[in-house]
Amino acid sequence: MADARTGKPTDRPGPEGVEASVEASVEAIFREEHGRLLASLVRRFGDLDLAEEVASEAIEAALVHWPVGGVPPKPGAWLMTTARRRAVDRLRRDKAYAARLAVMQVEAERAAPAPAAGAGDEMPDERLQLFFTCAHPALHADDRGALMLRCLAGLTTPEVARAFLVPSATMGKRIVRAKKKIREARIPFRVPDADELPERLPGVLQVIYSIFTEGYAASSGPHLQRLDLAEEAIRLARILRRLLPAERELAGLLALMLLVHARRDARTGPEGDLVLLDEQDRARWDRAMIEEGRGLVAAALAGGPPGPYGVQAAIAALHDEAADVATTDWPQIVALYDVLLALAPSPVVEVNRAAAVALRDGPEAGLALLDALAGEPRLRAYSPYVSARADLLQRLGRFPEAAAAYRAALALAGTEPERAHLRRRLAAVESAPPDRV
Amino acid sequence: MLMIQSAAADEAAEAAEGCTVEDWIAYDTAVRDAGIWVAGHSLADLTTATTVRVGPGGERTVTDGPFAETREVLGGYYVIDVPDLDTALDWAARCPGARGGGSVVVRPVAEF
Repeated sequence: MADARTGKPTDRPGPEGVEASVEASVEAIFREEHGRLLASLVRRFGDLDLAEEVASEAIEAALVHWPVGGVPPKPGAWLMTTARRRAVDRLRRDKAYAARLAVMQVEAERAAPAPAAGAGDEMPDERLQLFFTCAHPALHADDRGALMLRCLAGLTTPEVARAFLVPSATMGKRIVRAKKKIREARIPFRVPDADELPERLPGVLQVIYSIFTEGYAASSGPHLQRLDLAEEAIRLARILRRLLPAERELAGLLALMLLVHARRDARTGPEGDLVLLDEQDRARWDRAMIEEGRGLVAAALAGGPPGPYGVQAAIAALHDEAADVATTDWPQIVALYDVLLALAPSPVVEVNRAAAVALRDGPEAGLALLDALAGEPRLRAYSPYVSARADLLQRLGRFPEAAAAYRAALALAGTEPERAHLRRRLAAVESAPPDRV
Repeated sequence: MLMIQSAAADEAAEAAEGCTVEDWIAYDTAVRDAGIWVAGHSLADLTTATTVRVGPGGERTVTDGPFAETREVLGGYYVIDVPDLDTALDWAARCPGARGGGSVVVRPVAEF
């Protein structure tokens, strides 16, 4: 888990001794195995609560045994066997519970026959089912991301609470509510059939992307970026991509996130202040991540009409490939926004397109497009719209209007670095000579 | 349980969406043929409804009509026996009552 405030990895025990390194590797194993373990237990016992309890019991047991006897050769299988025994013990103790679970398990088996597993030494990857369960449209939209971070990324409830900036108790209640709905409404643990996948996969991708966007541009709070959240979203997408390698929109989403996240270090100044694209030190962009993203864009765009994530990733790739704003391929970016608008019309995309048009054809053209969107109710409280307008007014030398727009954007901005940025721009236009056109 | 929330009776959108008697007959047949039908009724017009409330002292208040002025009214219901929510949603989506401005609310039957 990275530190939520600085985005830097939290200090881990250094390699002072064997114990510390065992501890570190055990932690890494838990992190990697937790989602798989949970998914597998849910698959067998059909109950998320029971699965979580026995999974954490197995992890506790590992913390006792592994530092003494060493990490077993197949840690995942060890955890699974331990957790399964605990679950069976519980079922024996509670017959009423067992009867209910037996029914659930039979139904789960009927829905999807279990793969012929060996004597517990091979772990089928059942996380895909859990992705679809966590992203089920019958769950409250706010709960889907929380549940995915909890069950698939393996964050603890306090960590998830911190991620969404809510008190731990509130998040605890939300997770309990979501699990209750899964259990009582019988939201199934299953992978949609091939014919349902096009309908259900976008929901899963949307949940991951919303975790990422909250990390990329926090909606509120003292910090502009929440790198821990962005990284969790990327990690979830990577897991999902291993499970669904042929899904091009998933490749597009992962590409988009990598290509945007590659700029993370350059997006904030030394004081955590906002640095816009045209002012960023491009040497600080993560080249390896850009290369990986570009490779995925190719996969997302090959072999058929692209989806919205693929197109957005292609736009991000054009930004990342350019040496500076002036040499960015704005005509191509505008063309890609046109494709995106045809695929997924949205006023927010219109705003981004207008900004690209301003760089292609000049601020006047961009401003005309932005002003044409003035009646759009969804943009009224959208600070990037108001500040984009202010920026173009400023470039056109219409300072009093720019100042008014910056003030309006200031009232709408959610984080302190955004507000500080807008205050600086406002001060610049207020002190500018009034007659410069 | 599939609760069929019809658009209020005076709204003519229903006819425009092609929610005909034949649609209902076909759906009803499909539910029964699938072997999932447990119970179900179509309810008479809202104007025939009467509401009863009992206060803390046991006093009974009877009023005309449903509990509140709403855009949607319970038009009828099905109780079906299916393994999970996705299956129930599939059946709900096939129900003619889900079209023409209506909606179908899916709720599990409580088990005690």
